[in-house]
Amino acid sequence: MAYDYEKSIRPGKLPHIWCPGCGHGIVMKGLIRAMDTCELDRKNTAIVSGIGCASRLPGYLDACTLHTAHGRAAAFATGVKMAKPEMNVICCGGDGDGTAIGGNHFIHACRRNIDMTYVLMNNYIYGMTGGQFSPCTPTGDLASTTPYGNPDPIFDISKLAIGAGATFVARTTAAHPREIDKLIVKGIQHKGMAIIEVIDDCPTTYGRRNKFRSVIDMMKRLKAEAVPVKAAAKMTAEQLEGKFLTGVLFEDTEKPEYTAQYADVIKKAQGA
Amino acid sequence: MAKKVALLQGNEACAQGAVYAGAKFFGGYPITPSTEVAEVLSIELPKVGGKFIQMEDEIAAMASVIGASLTGSKSITATSGPGVSLKQELIGYACIAEVPCVIINVMRGGPSTGMPTGPGQSDVMQAMWGTHGDHAAIALVPDSCQEIFTETVRAFNLAEKYRMPVQVLFDEIVGHMRERIEFPEPGELEVIDREAPSVSPADYKPYDSTKGQIPPLADFGSEYKYHVTGLNKADDGFPTTKASLVDAEERRQIDKVMDNIADIESSEEYLTEDAEVVIWAYGSTSRSARYAVNELRKEGVKAGMFRPITLWPFPAKRTAELAEQAKAIVVAEMNLGQMVLEVERVAKGNCVVVHEGRVDGDPINPGQIMDKVKEVL
Amino acid sequence: MSGARLEIIERNCKGCSICVEFCPKNVLEMDVFLVTAPRPEDCIKCMQCELLCPDFAIKVHDE
Repeated sequence: MAYDYEKSIRPGKLPHIWCPGCGHGIVMKGLIRAMDTCELDRKNTAIVSGIGCASRLPGYLDACTLHTAHGRAAAFATGVKMAKPEMNVICCGGDGDGTAIGGNHFIHACRRNIDMTYVLMNNYIYGMTGGQFSPCTPTGDLASTTPYGNPDPIFDISKLAIGAGATFVARTTAAHPREIDKLIVKGIQHKGMAIIEVIDDCPTTYGRRNKFRSVIDMMKRLKAEAVPVKAAAKMTAEQLEGKFLTGVLFEDTEKPEYTAQYADVIKKAQGA
Repeated sequence: MAKKVALLQGNEACAQGAVYAGAKFFGGYPITPSTEVAEVLSIELPKVGGKFIQMEDEIAAMASVIGASLTGSKSITATSGPGVSLKQELIGYACIAEVPCVIINVMRGGPSTGMPTGPGQSDVMQAMWGTHGDHAAIALVPDSCQEIFTETVRAFNLAEKYRMPVQVLFDEIVGHMRERIEFPEPGELEVIDREAPSVSPADYKPYDSTKGQIPPLADFGSEYKYHVTGLNKADDGFPTTKASLVDAEERRQIDKVMDNIADIESSEEYLTEDAEVVIWAYGSTSRSARYAVNELRKEGVKAGMFRPITLWPFPAKRTAELAEQAKAIVVAEMNLGQMVLEVERVAKGNCVVVHEGRVDGDPINPGQIMDKVKEVL
Repeated sequence: MSGARLEIIERNCKGCSICVEFCPKNVLEMDVFLVTAPRPEDCIKCMQCELLCPDFAIKVHDE
């Protein structure tokens, strides 16, 4: 019943650095359960991140962990996977890291359809640096650099991933913990670029500025606004106003995977 | 047995040197005048089961090289000035995370877009100081296609041995000219691999400084699991802000190079034994300098040339000795005064130090070096 | 009798109170910044507290 998370965590690392109520810990548990379900050999698993609160995740896990520079996780991970395609490669990071400074690497990893699973924790803010707006901060919201309200429009990360060529795109939230590992498992098993967007909450830098009294209210909002994609198919446009879709949003098992493509290049070069 | 020879462009020789050294990964981005390095490796690497990837930008290229190196692949990228500028953060990452890799910079006119098809030697200070923070640097400056081959091999050896990024800087002239090169036999040139750990995976610390200045590096995807980060860290690879540990790490990562200069330095001296004026030149400029020395000698001027092949760490000891011996050092380089600052620094006023430069896309010619020598004597 | 034993790892609890709020059976209570389980007999082992705890501070064991 009680889950043994500790065997996947480096000894002495808990309690972790994330704030009380931060959703990243919920995601980390989901990732551990998913890796266990897929029976991933941690010696053969690289977990790669950029910079930010979400990017602190790999350091806690007992695997080959690579904490890189801001925005660059997908590019480092591409090097790891190209050089050793037999490794399981998991990227993780936040919305600012992944879609602002990391945007180019994100879309090209999707385009290449390289076999890795990218768990993108979208707390729609730059948490670690004190709450500046990100490309995912809702228009009109308050952030430390949008004191008069955010003028920027936002990315829909899942649409971005699909448009860029990722072949498995799914979304859930920290308020739906069982769906987190279910989707990450599917992503790991999928041969190609899998993007699992997990909307989670930053009560410290987003919540307080935007009048959420506690993380509980933020999580209740996630539960209220999330609509499973299957249910959404039967709802009207008015009913879907202000909601977002969760579940498997896109899946393509036909598009060639990048390291397999390059294996063909090697065969050609070697005259086979 | 006759050696295999070929007429190769400098960039091609670089790519062949990388293959000889056992490179198995190239991550790069096209940029004149380096692109041929990428093109040749795109052909050669898959033949030997290596991997080639053209990434989406210069930064991604550098990231992929570091990622690949951590799995145990000898990794290389090639670029020019604008690309090196873009890569700086990650060059620093490779320094602090101590990841072996080779960066080829085929120098062109700068700054910014500059003169893409013209030579320059104005990235030389950047090779040392480009990335933020305190760090060591190793940079090599070959002057011929043959030397590009051998110095590329040596760059890999130094990267693997010292667990850090090594830059090879040659300008567009050397990169694009064609010369006869002899391919060394397998085993003829030393090829060094990174030191593997001898402790068990449970005891492994990726930055263990207790047994020496350079910790052995395990491969991702082997029996070893460990953490790599660009933050300051303790021996176990995890971030720390503890003053004594941060200080120890910063200093060890510099000392591992500066304490081993004798192993890393390399230079050529031409007629310096009795030289009253030394021309200090590297890369393609040294070819004009050599010619100038010969012409000056014919005119009775006791000229000599000091040609660094390892540019960083700076050849301070020998340059200081030459400053005590000679009346003048003429630093000839295709920039407006970069390595001359180092020469002045170590000369400590013991001789006159002057600069002869140009940044107009034409090489420094022997005539202007000779004029400068005569002016200073 | 529910047959559940709730284990609280006090060192890890940061007092976010997510577990308390989302427990459907009111088993848990905050004691300032630490979770307590005053009514373990009401626990239905839905696992929501353990799944939603971001800090690895609470586990639901079979007993």
